[in-house]
Amino acid sequence: MFRRFVILFSVLIGLVALAAAPIRADDASLVLKRLATDNYGEIEAGVAALAASGLPVSEAVLTALADSRLSYRPSDKALFIKDTSGGWIDAATNAAPAEAPSGLKSVKLNNRVRRALEAALGSMTLMSPDPMKRIAAAEAVFKSRDANTLAPLDVVIGKEADPVVKRYFEEARAAVLLLKTDAPETDRVRAAERLGERGDQDSLALLGSVTEANATANIVSAAKLAAKGIESRLALLSTAQNAWYGLSLGSVLLLAAIGLAITFGVMGIINMAHGEMVMLGAYTTFVVQEIIRTKVPSLFDWSLPIAIPLAFCVSGLVGLLIERVIIRHLYGRPLETLLATWGVSLVLQQAVRSVFGANNREVGAPSYMAGVWDLGGFQITYGRLWIIVFSLVVFFALLGVMKGTSLGLRMRAVIQNRRMAAAMGIRTPVVDALTFALGSGVAGIAGVALSQIDNVSPNLGQSYIIDSFLVVVFGGVGNLWGTLLGALSLGLANKFLEPVAGAVLGKIILLAVIILFIQRRPRGLFALKGRAVDS
Amino acid sequence: MIAFFFRKFDRMATGFVILLAAIAILVPVLNLAVPEGSPFHIPTYLVSLWGKYLAFALLAVALDLVWGYCGILSLGHGAFFALGGYAMGMYLMRQIGTRGVYADPVLPDFMVFLNWKELPFTWYFFDHFAYAVVMVVLVPSVLALVFGWFAFRSRVTGVYLSIITQALTYALLLAFFRNDMGFGGNNGLTDFKDILGLSVQAPTTRAALFALTAVFLALGFLVARAIVVSRFGQVLAAIRDAESRTRFLGYRVESYKLLVFVVSAAMAGIAGALYVPQVGIINPSEFAPSNSIEAVIWVAVGGRGTLVGAALGAVLVNFAKTWLTGMLPEFWLYGLGALFILVTLFLPKGIIGALTSRFGRPGDGGAQ
Repeated sequence: MFRRFVILFSVLIGLVALAAAPIRADDASLVLKRLATDNYGEIEAGVAALAASGLPVSEAVLTALADSRLSYRPSDKALFIKDTSGGWIDAATNAAPAEAPSGLKSVKLNNRVRRALEAALGSMTLMSPDPMKRIAAAEAVFKSRDANTLAPLDVVIGKEADPVVKRYFEEARAAVLLLKTDAPETDRVRAAERLGERGDQDSLALLGSVTEANATANIVSAAKLAAKGIESRLALLSTAQNAWYGLSLGSVLLLAAIGLAITFGVMGIINMAHGEMVMLGAYTTFVVQEIIRTKVPSLFDWSLPIAIPLAFCVSGLVGLLIERVIIRHLYGRPLETLLATWGVSLVLQQAVRSVFGANNREVGAPSYMAGVWDLGGFQITYGRLWIIVFSLVVFFALLGVMKGTSLGLRMRAVIQNRRMAAAMGIRTPVVDALTFALGSGVAGIAGVALSQIDNVSPNLGQSYIIDSFLVVVFGGVGNLWGTLLGALSLGLANKFLEPVAGAVLGKIILLAVIILFIQRRPRGLFALKGRAVDS
Repeated sequence: MIAFFFRKFDRMATGFVILLAAIAILVPVLNLAVPEGSPFHIPTYLVSLWGKYLAFALLAVALDLVWGYCGILSLGHGAFFALGGYAMGMYLMRQIGTRGVYADPVLPDFMVFLNWKELPFTWYFFDHFAYAVVMVVLVPSVLALVFGWFAFRSRVTGVYLSIITQALTYALLLAFFRNDMGFGGNNGLTDFKDILGLSVQAPTTRAALFALTAVFLALGFLVARAIVVSRFGQVLAAIRDAESRTRFLGYRVESYKLLVFVVSAAMAGIAGALYVPQVGIINPSEFAPSNSIEAVIWVAVGGRGTLVGAALGAVLVNFAKTWLTGMLPEFWLYGLGALFILVTLFLPKGIIGALTSRFGRPGDGGAQ
C-alpha cells in the first residue's frame, strides 16, 4: 500500500514538474535562434518570446542585447555573449565555447527593439527572486504605464506571496488600468480607488489626468473622490512634516540655549560669548575630523563620538578661563558682564578667523547621519533624527546633573537664594566657576551637533545667540523644563509660520510675539516664585 | 529759556560747548578758505569723516542719557539711529528725480527695477524736506513710545530689557532686508544727488553738514544736560540706583523712563539723519545688533553718566577704528574686544570718570 502510494506520488510530482517547465532544453535554442537575424521585426518578436519563455539564460541574453554585447554566427544561428573581459560565452549553454567563435555578426538594435527590450526586462524583473528588485520593477511600470506589462503583472500578482511586493504590483496594475480606455469600467473604478489608497503625489497627478474625454462619469467621479482623499492626506502629511522640522529646529535651539539657561539661571549673567563656545565646539569637531582623515581614515564614523568629549573639554576650559579672569570681577554688575563677554566673543571670533580662516569649513557627516528614512511620504533625515535624540540625551543628562549630583544641589541652592546658600556654607564662587564651565562645555557639545547642519564659520555662534536668548527669556530662568518647552515651541512656531508668512516675515512675527509675551510674563513661562527673584 | 539750558554749568560742560562751537566754525573755514597747499588745510574727506564721528557722538549722548542716567541699557539704539537715517535717505532718494539710472521722475531706481508701478504710501510726501525732518524725529520717537510703553509698563528691566531691545533691532534688520518692505532691501538707499538743491558731493555742502552736525551735537548735549540736572533728572538717577525704592516713594517710574527713552530715541534719529548725507548710504546693516552694542562701548569708554564722556568715547573709538582698520585690519576686532573687556574691568567709570575722580572734581552723576 505504502509502496504504491510512493509510486503514485512520484508520478504526480513528475507530472507537475513537466507541466511547470514551460519549454524543454531543445526548444531553448529554437527561441534563442529567433534573435540571430538582422531583421528588426523578427528580433522584436524574438525578444518578447524569450521574455515569455522563462528560460534561465533569457535575462543574461536580453541584458547583453540591451548593452550591444550580443552577437550571432550566421552559419548555425548560435548566439554568443561578449563578457566584460572580451571573451565569448555561448548563450544557450551559458559556458565558454571550446574554441573562439569566428565570423560573428552583432545583433542590431533600433528604437522599437529597444522599447520591446525595456518592457521585456521590466516584466522579467517582476519575477526576480529579490523582492527589492520586484518592487523597483513595479515602480518602473507605475511610471511607464505600458499596457504590454498588464499580462505579466496579472501573472505575478497571482503568484506573489509577499504582501508588500503584492501591493506594489497591484498599484502598478492600477496605474496601467486607470488610463486604459478599453479596460472594463469596474476595473478602472477599482484602479482609481487603489491609487487613492496609495496616496502620493504621483497618484494624485495620475488621477488628475482622468477626464470626461478618456473615461465614463463613474470613473471620473471615483478618480475625483480618490484625489480628494489624497489631497487631505498630503495636507496632513505636510503638517506632520512641518511639525518634524519644527521639532528639529527646536532641538537645535534647545542645544544652543541649554548651556545659556544654566549660566543665566545660576549666575544671573548674560554670556554674550555663549555662541562662540558653540563655535569652538564646531571647530573642535572640524579638527578631530581633519586628524582622523589624514591619520586613520577608517575611524571616520567615530569622529563625532570622539569630538563630543573633546568639544566639552575645550569649550568648558575656555569658559572656566573666562570666568576666572573676567567674569569673577564683575559679579553684581550684569550689564557690565554683558559688555565684557561681548568683547570676549569678538576676540574669540577673530582668533578663530586668524587660525582657521574666514571661510566655511567642511565638516563631513558619518555614514549613520546620512540618508533618509521614508515613512510613506513622511521623510525623516537621519541627521536630524540623531540631533533630536542627542539634544534630548543632553537635556536629560543635564537634568540628572541638576537633580542628582551634589554640584546640582548647590547650583539649585544658589539659583534660589545666593546669599542664603552662602550662609549655609556653599562656596558660591566655586559653584559659579563650575556652572560657567559646565554651561560652556554643553555649548561646545551643541557645536558638535550644529557642525552637522550648519556652516562651520567664525560667525556660527552669532547666528544662534539671539535665538538662544529668546528661548531662555521665553522659557524662564532657572528651570530646564522651561528651556525645553521654550525651545520646542519656538521651533514649532517658526516652522508653522514659515509656509504662511515666509521665512523672514515669520521670524519677525515671532520676535514681535516674544517681545509682547515678555510684557505679559516678564520672567518667562516658568518663573521662579519667591522674593529672591526680584533683586 | 536759554538760561534753563545753562543751569548748573560746570567747567567741563562749558568747555565742551565752546569746543563744539569752535570746530563748527573753524573746520569749514580751514577746509574752504585755506588753500590746498597750506599745512592748515583740512581735506574734504576728513571733514566728512569727522562729521560722521560727530553724528556717532550724538548717538552716544542719546544712549548715555538712558543708560548712564536711567540704567536702561538699550542694545537697540542703532535701530532709532537707522530709522532716522532711512527717513533722511528717503528724502534724498526722492531728490534724485530723473537723474537715476532708469530716469523715472517719481520712483527711485530700485522700485523701477522691482517693476513697481507706483510709490508705496510710506514714501508719500518725502520729497518735502520739512516732512522728512518731521519723520526723522517722529518715526524713532513713536517706535520708542510704543516699545517703551509695553516694556516699562510690565517692568521689564535689566538684562531682560537689553535682550528685547536687541531683538527689536534684529527684527528690524530682517525686515529691512526684505525687498517687499520698499526700502531698497539689501542695498539700502544710496547714490544721493542733492540736499535742499545743493549737491551732497560739493565741499561747501559737506562743510555745512559738518557744522550742522556739530551744532546738533551741542544742542543734543544741552538738552540732555538740562534733563539730567533738573528734578526730573534726579528722579531718573534715583530710578537707576534703586528702582523699587523710587516707586515706593510714589514716583511713576514707567512714565519717567518712557519720556527719557523717547527723547533719547528722537536724538538718535537726528544723529542718523545727519549721518546719512555725509556717508552717502544707508542700508539694513545699520540695524545689526553688533552696531548697537558698539555704540554702548563708546559710552563706556568715555564714561557713562557724564554726557561729555559719551561724545568723547564715540569720537575716540571711531577714530581708533578708522586708524586700525587702515593699518592692521585683522586687529580691529581684537582691539574692540579687548576694549570691551578692559574698560569694564579696569575703567568702569570710563575716561572722564577716571579723570574726575583722580583730580577730585565731582562729576555729575557718575557711574553706578
